[in-house]
Amino acid sequence: MTDLTELGVAQIRDGVAGGEFTAVEVAEAFNANVAAAQDALNAFIVTTPDAAIDAAKATDAKRAKGEALGKMGGVPIGMKDLFATRGVQTTAASHILEGFRPEYESTVSQKLWDAGAGMLGKLNLDQFAMGSSNETSYFGNVISPWRRNDGGNAALAPGGSSGGSSAAVSARLCPAATGTDTGGSIRQPAAFTGITGIKPTYGRCSRWGIVAFASSLDQAGPMARDTRDCAIMLEAMAGFDPKDSTSLDMPVPQWEAGLSADLKGKKVGIPREYSMDGMDAEIAALWDQGVAWLKDAGAEVVEISLPHTKYALPAYYIIAPAEASSNLARYDGVRYGLRDLPDGANLQDMYAATRAAGFGAEVKRRILIGTYVLSAGFYDAYYTQAQKVRTLISQDFAKAFEECDVILAPTTPTASFALGEKSDDPLSMYLNDVFSVPASLAGLPAMSVPAGINREGLPLGLQVIGKAFDEQGVLNAGLAIEQRAGFTAKPAKWW
Amino acid sequence: MSVDTATVAKIASLARIKVSEQELEAMVPELNGILAWVEQLGEVDVTGVEPMTAVIPNKLRLRDDVIDADPLTGGNRRDAVLANAPAAEHGFFGVPKVIE
Repeated sequence: MTDLTELGVAQIRDGVAGGEFTAVEVAEAFNANVAAAQDALNAFIVTTPDAAIDAAKATDAKRAKGEALGKMGGVPIGMKDLFATRGVQTTAASHILEGFRPEYESTVSQKLWDAGAGMLGKLNLDQFAMGSSNETSYFGNVISPWRRNDGGNAALAPGGSSGGSSAAVSARLCPAATGTDTGGSIRQPAAFTGITGIKPTYGRCSRWGIVAFASSLDQAGPMARDTRDCAIMLEAMAGFDPKDSTSLDMPVPQWEAGLSADLKGKKVGIPREYSMDGMDAEIAALWDQGVAWLKDAGAEVVEISLPHTKYALPAYYIIAPAEASSNLARYDGVRYGLRDLPDGANLQDMYAATRAAGFGAEVKRRILIGTYVLSAGFYDAYYTQAQKVRTLISQDFAKAFEECDVILAPTTPTASFALGEKSDDPLSMYLNDVFSVPASLAGLPAMSVPAGINREGLPLGLQVIGKAFDEQGVLNAGLAIEQRAGFTAKPAKWW
Repeated sequence: MSVDTATVAKIASLARIKVSEQELEAMVPELNGILAWVEQLGEVDVTGVEPMTAVIPNKLRLRDDVIDADPLTGGNRRDAVLANAPAAEHGFFGVPKVIE
């Protein structure tokens, strides 16, 4: 019998609908993988095997009655622990939200359940989605299932912030998982673990019920093994939501049906400013290979310029902490979450003690930076300047898209690194996002596709960035790369 | 621009995060490293450029002026609202005494 955990979203959906196996069999197989890997990988904060079985039973019952199954019918998934799930602990990997059981369900997770998906558990992440290596979680590091081929057993980073999601999908603990992307938190972990992930246009997926980090940047998206699976899951996640003031009031396209790897008549832009000094030679070679693949798919390749690229990262590290300092002001020890009330403390002391005990070092660092750049006397020099630079970055993309349909770039400047290698130096960690942040600042759809393996045996990803609302163009270019890269590598099981 | 210990202490107080002397000492160089790096934004000529307010052009919507249009986020949900409070008392959020 087929190992059901080797199947992706489309195969599970079709197999369940066609009666080749039941949804319960699928859920049981993934539940077993989740349990077996938990001690070694720490991908989940909470596992919910019963929820997965209940959803599967509901799907099997619908099929028995001859009813149509949803887009995700019978597919068990992992839910990043940034999405509020009714009655199931939702922590954003923080101490301050430990034990928080929402009374409501996030719009995106509700849509997935309505589409027939089931929940295997809540996935670990960087605390409040702040980090690029999953080393800032209060609930411990996630360990990548990948290892270098040097015979050493160095624990590697699964990327961040969606590190539980990337580790779980690549280790076959779930066929797909939700991610959220503020500056690269879907694409960078996908690249580090050899899986596929797409951040749609800002506003496609509702932010309602997602623990907020930087609201003008936060966007949910799917992480799965291939482009088709991402297209299916994104269709289930996206859609207008009146409860999110920046939700796009547009119909959700049929991305899966629209998939086509034929790029004749399409132009692919190669941004000259992304060729940076000291770029990893293997990443540069893979990028060239990607250009050749897209030409082979019929596309014309043109050089473009995004002149403000080098300013994207510093602008991001003003804007995102500024918004975070404002969003995280809600954690006050009064309404939900942790309270630390020292003897004789007044209300102000309680706030300060609660937040000191409840936030990790990186979260505090970003709140302080954000508070500083928004404070009287510095607001214009930092925050307003950064928002002006953001306008210029967005205009760069608008001009570039007059000459091309999609942009091809690397996802990350390097392959995955060892845990502890960058965690002492915030700046070197921030530089990981150099290729992913510009599209976030401009709100554009962007995906990472696994495209090769480096000499250490670790996966590398290529990034496709598209015009606003053109997820289809992004997915199609991603599919063209996927078909030519023929990426089938997976981590050797050691856990 | 760079920050000193007193400035970081002031920011931490504004952000309502208690920090020890030792933490302050460690944070000063870290924050200065980050601030020195973002300083490069000052090089960019932004003459006549408007700061971004909406990344994707979007109209702000108004909901219908109806009470409890969405029962989940409408009123009469006291128990649900208090369900996760660390100190819910008599149907209210409990806090330390604020009036002498």
